[in-house]
Amino acid sequence: MSQSVAPASAPPPEPAPAPARDREVSGVAERNGPGAGERLARAVEAGWRPVALLAGCFAVWWIIAAAELVEPYLVPSPGATLDVLTGKADYLWQHTWVTTYETLLGFVIAVVVGVLAAVVMVYSSTVEKTLYPILLFAQVVPKIAIAPLFVVWLGFGITPKILIAVLIAFFPVVISMVTGLKAVDPEMLQLSATMGAKPWQTFAKIRFPASLPHLFSGLKVAVTLAVTGAVVGEFVGANEGLGYVILQANGNLDTPMLFAGLLVMSLIGVVLFVLVEIAEKLLLPWHASRRDTNVTTSY
Amino acid sequence: MTMARDTTLRKPAAKKGGAPTEGQKEGRAAAVGLEDVAVRFRTKKRDVTALHEVSLDVAMGEFVAIVGPSGCGKSTLLKLVAGLLKASSGAVRLQGERVEGPRHDIGYVFQRAALLEWRTARRNILLQAEMRRMPAEPARRRVDELIEMTGLGGFEDAYPHELSGGMQQRVALCRALLHEPPVLLMDEPFGALDALTREQMNMELNRIWRETGTTVLLVTHSISEAVYLADRVVVMSPRPGTITEIIDVGLEAERDYTETLGRPEFQQATGHIRGLLGAASAQD
Repeated sequence: MSQSVAPASAPPPEPAPAPARDREVSGVAERNGPGAGERLARAVEAGWRPVALLAGCFAVWWIIAAAELVEPYLVPSPGATLDVLTGKADYLWQHTWVTTYETLLGFVIAVVVGVLAAVVMVYSSTVEKTLYPILLFAQVVPKIAIAPLFVVWLGFGITPKILIAVLIAFFPVVISMVTGLKAVDPEMLQLSATMGAKPWQTFAKIRFPASLPHLFSGLKVAVTLAVTGAVVGEFVGANEGLGYVILQANGNLDTPMLFAGLLVMSLIGVVLFVLVEIAEKLLLPWHASRRDTNVTTSY
Repeated sequence: MTMARDTTLRKPAAKKGGAPTEGQKEGRAAAVGLEDVAVRFRTKKRDVTALHEVSLDVAMGEFVAIVGPSGCGKSTLLKLVAGLLKASSGAVRLQGERVEGPRHDIGYVFQRAALLEWRTARRNILLQAEMRRMPAEPARRRVDELIEMTGLGGFEDAYPHELSGGMQQRVALCRALLHEPPVLLMDEPFGALDALTREQMNMELNRIWRETGTTVLLVTHSISEAVYLADRVVVMSPRPGTITEIIDVGLEAERDYTETLGRPEFQQATGHIRGLLGAASAQD
């Protein structure tokens, strides 16, 4: 019975349609990528410039401190900063954890709420018209200015910090997700209609995956902003977190601690940014590989 | 039990003679019927008539090509048949039923392959099956058949950006044929391909059409492509788009490429169509 389905065995097409690439070589095998040695060489090639620049900055810092061009209590030496980082590691670690926790929680809430808001806005123009002005208003109000209000309302706990992180990270998530959902190929949607796809099928199989590259560029902005949001919250009123550490150090004119706090804070932002990039590469290998080939064509 | 349906949809290739004559057309149910169809778009400044008094019947298993200058509403016509667009007046029928809303008993191929970047060739083809919730096993077997038929073998696991334009269009064609649609709508499917690949795809499309026996409506800019592939060629004039003439090509279904291009029927038809299009628009 099943034979009747098979088409009458096709005569081989006159011009060989498939180039003489054997199965092993086609597509998949190429994607397995280079070996470990080559990968290391590539990482060095890509990474030495920023590392050199950073080293240069440290060198300038060190020279300024060592030659005492500036009073030591204004600019501490790298050594003094390092002493604080190692000597007071426990103290710093405790506060770093608080800030990281606030940042991550704020970021995750911003992503969930932002993505949901974007989906609703794209599917309902009424909701979009209603929400958009409010969103814009929430974005243009300086978050630092609302922070004291949140502290008055919500106290000195971590809630106002998380809320500020959410508020500041939310906007790039919504904007990128709306852009992504709207950027879908209209012909793809028409095709989906001829396939008899249910709206949720079209969303799950076409629109949502197609929007992810846009979403991820928004997430990279959002995650670094979330750190700022958490620290702003801590500045306004807190008894823990890196913002609190910096304020305390500032009050005591303890610049080595101030510098150490700043370094750790930037490190949180960098690490979170890199984590989002890694997630992007893992989740969207098709997008990353495409971008890489684009880069290599420019010379 | 989809098997039984499949066999009825597939017209035996052997039975396919030359171009269907008037008698044949009356004998079979019309796959596509357009009756005095008009499409008007309303823009802020003015009303645009995209199609005007278009009537056309396409028989089951027939290959009809539509040629005409840009902006004559060729693509609009396909969208009408697919139910992606509503006619302002007149009746559109697909397999005897009036078209009201998107139809699922068609396959659609666009000029751009419109593939999902994150899916391999095979999984792009399977999208059709997933959306239709076809049983997995027969769908998989059907994909294997189509990959074989279209010469995609060895590229099943490649992603769209790893494929050439011709290969991408083959994937799109497989996707459109997966559910064995009685009617295949193709909107300049080879327009973005280089000349050589295009000729190759023309030859393959002729073979695939004979093997599957589906009705094909092909919109194209290429006169020779239209005449080489079609039983009948519909020539349209621009703004408002109307049918100028329908030409019976009068060649048998199985067509060798070089041989066909040298045939007097081919020369005569292409010459005639070129004359019509030249008269319709100064230069195209």
